[in-house]
Amino acid sequence: MNAAGFPVLSLVTWLPIVGCLVIMSIRGDEETVAANARWTALWTSLIVFVVSLVLWVRFDAADPGFQFVESAAWLPQWGITYKLGVDGISVLFVLLATLLTPICILASWESVRVRVREYMLAFLVLETMMVGMFAALDFVVFYMFFEGVLIPMYLIIGVWGGQRRVYAAMKFFLYTLAGSVLMLLALLAMWYQAGTTDIPTLLRTPFPAHMQTWLFLAFLASFAVKVPMWPVHTWLPDAHVEAPTAGSVILAGVLLKMGGYGFLRFSLPMLPIASAHLAPLMFTLSVVAVIYTSFVAFAQTDMKKLIAYSSVAHMGIVTIGIFTANMQGVSGAMFQMLSHGIVSAALFLCVGVVYDRVHTREIARYGGLADRMPAYAAVFMLFTMASIGLPGTSGFVGEFLVLVGAFQVNFWLAVLGSLGMILGAAYALWLYRRIIFGGITRDDLRAILDLSPREIAVFAPLAVLTLWMGVFPSSFSGFWDAAVGAMVERHQAALHLSTLLAAVTPQ
Amino acid sequence: MMNWSLAVPELVLACCGMAILLFGALMKRRETFHLASMLTIGAFLITAMLVIAGPHGLAYHGQFVADSFSGFVKLLVLAGSAFAVVASLDYNEHENLRRFEFPVLILFATVGMMLMASAVNLMTLYVGLELQSLSIYVLAAFARDQLRSSEAGLKYFVLGALASGLLLYGISLIYGFTGSMQFDQLARVLADPARVSPGLIVGIVFLVAGLAFKVSAVPFHMWTPDVYEGAPTPVTLLMGTSPKVAAMALLVRAMATPFGHLLGQWQQLIVLVSIASMLLGALAAIGQRNIKRLMAYSSIGHMGYVLIGLAAGTPAGIRGVLLYLVTYVFMSAGTFACILAMRRRGVMLEQIADLGGLGRRDPVLAMWLTVFMFSMAGIPPFSGFWAKYFIFTAAVQSGLWALAVIGVLTSVIGAYYYIRIIKVMYFDEPQEAFDPRPPSLSLLAAGSGLFTTLFFVFPAPFVGAAETAAKVLFG
Repeated sequence: MNAAGFPVLSLVTWLPIVGCLVIMSIRGDEETVAANARWTALWTSLIVFVVSLVLWVRFDAADPGFQFVESAAWLPQWGITYKLGVDGISVLFVLLATLLTPICILASWESVRVRVREYMLAFLVLETMMVGMFAALDFVVFYMFFEGVLIPMYLIIGVWGGQRRVYAAMKFFLYTLAGSVLMLLALLAMWYQAGTTDIPTLLRTPFPAHMQTWLFLAFLASFAVKVPMWPVHTWLPDAHVEAPTAGSVILAGVLLKMGGYGFLRFSLPMLPIASAHLAPLMFTLSVVAVIYTSFVAFAQTDMKKLIAYSSVAHMGIVTIGIFTANMQGVSGAMFQMLSHGIVSAALFLCVGVVYDRVHTREIARYGGLADRMPAYAAVFMLFTMASIGLPGTSGFVGEFLVLVGAFQVNFWLAVLGSLGMILGAAYALWLYRRIIFGGITRDDLRAILDLSPREIAVFAPLAVLTLWMGVFPSSFSGFWDAAVGAMVERHQAALHLSTLLAAVTPQ
Repeated sequence: MMNWSLAVPELVLACCGMAILLFGALMKRRETFHLASMLTIGAFLITAMLVIAGPHGLAYHGQFVADSFSGFVKLLVLAGSAFAVVASLDYNEHENLRRFEFPVLILFATVGMMLMASAVNLMTLYVGLELQSLSIYVLAAFARDQLRSSEAGLKYFVLGALASGLLLYGISLIYGFTGSMQFDQLARVLADPARVSPGLIVGIVFLVAGLAFKVSAVPFHMWTPDVYEGAPTPVTLLMGTSPKVAAMALLVRAMATPFGHLLGQWQQLIVLVSIASMLLGALAAIGQRNIKRLMAYSSIGHMGYVLIGLAAGTPAGIRGVLLYLVTYVFMSAGTFACILAMRRRGVMLEQIADLGGLGRRDPVLAMWLTVFMFSMAGIPPFSGFWAKYFIFTAAVQSGLWALAVIGVLTSVIGAYYYIRIIKVMYFDEPQEAFDPRPPSLSLLAAGSGLFTTLFFVFPAPFVGAAETAAKVLFG
């Protein structure tokens, strides 16, 4: 058994489905069903969060291997096992998912009025898929959850989204599916080579160099769409703009991390040679993403679209960090992903707050909110600063570490990466100025109300975490230092071995 | 050796068929349809038990075989036919087709299909195929007062007769160039490469062409959309499930056993047919407005995926074929159950747009149809994903990379029209509600829906059975 003494990961993964069954069994008129569905979903997700805190408490940070491992026979003859477990890289993502789900449910408490039951069902299913994906220790289990995420997300965007929701939902679904089916082929090739889909075994299996390149490209097709990297990022602004607030929060907070997590779990450790060979390609794509999407963000008139483009830029920093393949870079990428998961989620929630009141996301429609909504202005300020990477907030640590890592690889990479940070500061501050400062020009903004207690409850944990991560980064990075250290060491060893082999192989 | 006891399931089913026929003809009352249907389902159940309990071996001087492969296929065929009978209960009642011949014809078609599954001689193969086809020609034209149905029956008959001709021509060529129709003898003869002549290859091509017609693979698919659309919907359900299974099983056995040594010869052919089917299935379905036509193109595409497994030519490939067929039967039966529930004020509807806003009017039906559509698109955790998983495993193992890549990419194109149906149900404005569903359709939709959803929990027994069945062919 595992450190917790009970199958905590399975519980965290499948408990939301139990909540779904409860919600499905609610009978009554529409109002009753809606109210009960809300409360059931909130309680389920809170219980899941509390259970998942076991991982935080009992996780042994000194152990670089997988913990809380549980497995059950599934297709034993074919090397496929139902196996869950977390290591330093995945454990905090599980917690991120379990934290953001109740926040999302609370955030949609009043804004979602139609088909509440289905909405809550979709979110709970989504939670199962997200947690399962981060906890999976078998490639097939991983893939099942990885693609399964599409189903609830497609419905969330399509049913509760904005004007062009159908287009956005279709685009989201097909883009992501096209990427992941290629990963399926890579999965099968790896299974054929190794005879199992067990991730710990695959991590120790050396794949031939020529095969690595193809596998890497297949993974890239899948993860690059998820991250998203330039030039396959175009689904993201559409999906973000059309999704309901909570959908955007999950999309930015967790779903984008699936791509980065995939790179860290599969591409880098399993395919070290290809990762090293193709790192220049990854750096180029990332730098283009950082700089180009920052400029694009400048030109946006829609708040959500601006934040969506900023997500692409921030995730570009993450991919730079991952492929530096050194301790600082990878650690920074991890930090940046978690920080972005919280900060961008909070920024989308900030947009949601004013959207619920004024029903528009046009930046030009706002101005001077500081006067009427001081608490909101303060919250928005905190997360804008974190997004910029102000020291003392979570955003700083990740970007700083990534740049340190990038410096060790290439001077210009670091310079171009930091250029993106400067541009990021510019558009984020400009957005803040246009919305919060200035005089109130519109009549409907004069009567606007400040944050309600429910909204404060939504923002409070995120604000605390943002500051906590900024001030005591080691209480988070401590989780993955051992795991990332071991991974980087293995990576260097594998590269060293391949150069040795190349040297002794007669030409 | 006669050893007729091996064919007891077929014999029992055929006798039951004749008994039900007599019963229907002698009873003068009008309610015979319902009773005959129930008796047919009972006969299917008894036959299924006999299949499970039956011994294995060769019978009728090596013309008939009972093995794990035929057992697997027969059970699947019986399930598909039983679904068709269940689906017809309410439909025929409403469309004024309540005649006891309907279930009896399904029953005889099923006997033919079971014979196809057991055929190890080109002649047995042909007899089984014709019994199945003739029954289904009649069934397709069963609504004889409707122009569409008669047209479907006629079209199916004319083109089917042509395909049978091609098949017979192929059989005669194979016989002429090898001197045998027995699968095992053919395999023995063809183990010697010197005996392989161009005439034989032409014969195999004709054989494949004839069978490709039956599984509606491109380029022999032209009849499918029209016949699917015109035939009464329960018959479309039948055509979409068990005959496809039986014909595919036949094709698999015919390719793997007697011509197993000639893999290099027919593999390219199957690869081409498979790619063409997947592409056409994905692209042509996009423009469809009628959901029955859409299902026709979807079935063409699915057959393309199944053929990938055959093209691999390995036990893993055949295992993939069988698993794909299992999930496919349940998915299509469920989808057609949902289509049969599309009735408003007593009028059957077939347009995709009629499903508008179903998510709000009938959440349960919409949920099942969503499950089937995601499953057909191959999205995990539904069973359709597992089918594709095992098929592509085989392709990768055999190094058919081009086929695998084309396969996954067409599945993305295919996903577009499947999720478009979900879009219509959930994102569009609601229309007037459908008439209340009869319990038979609810049961069918829920049963196959549960199977499709929960397949991932217990895949091992199915995969194990399929593996055992597939290995038989490579003895």
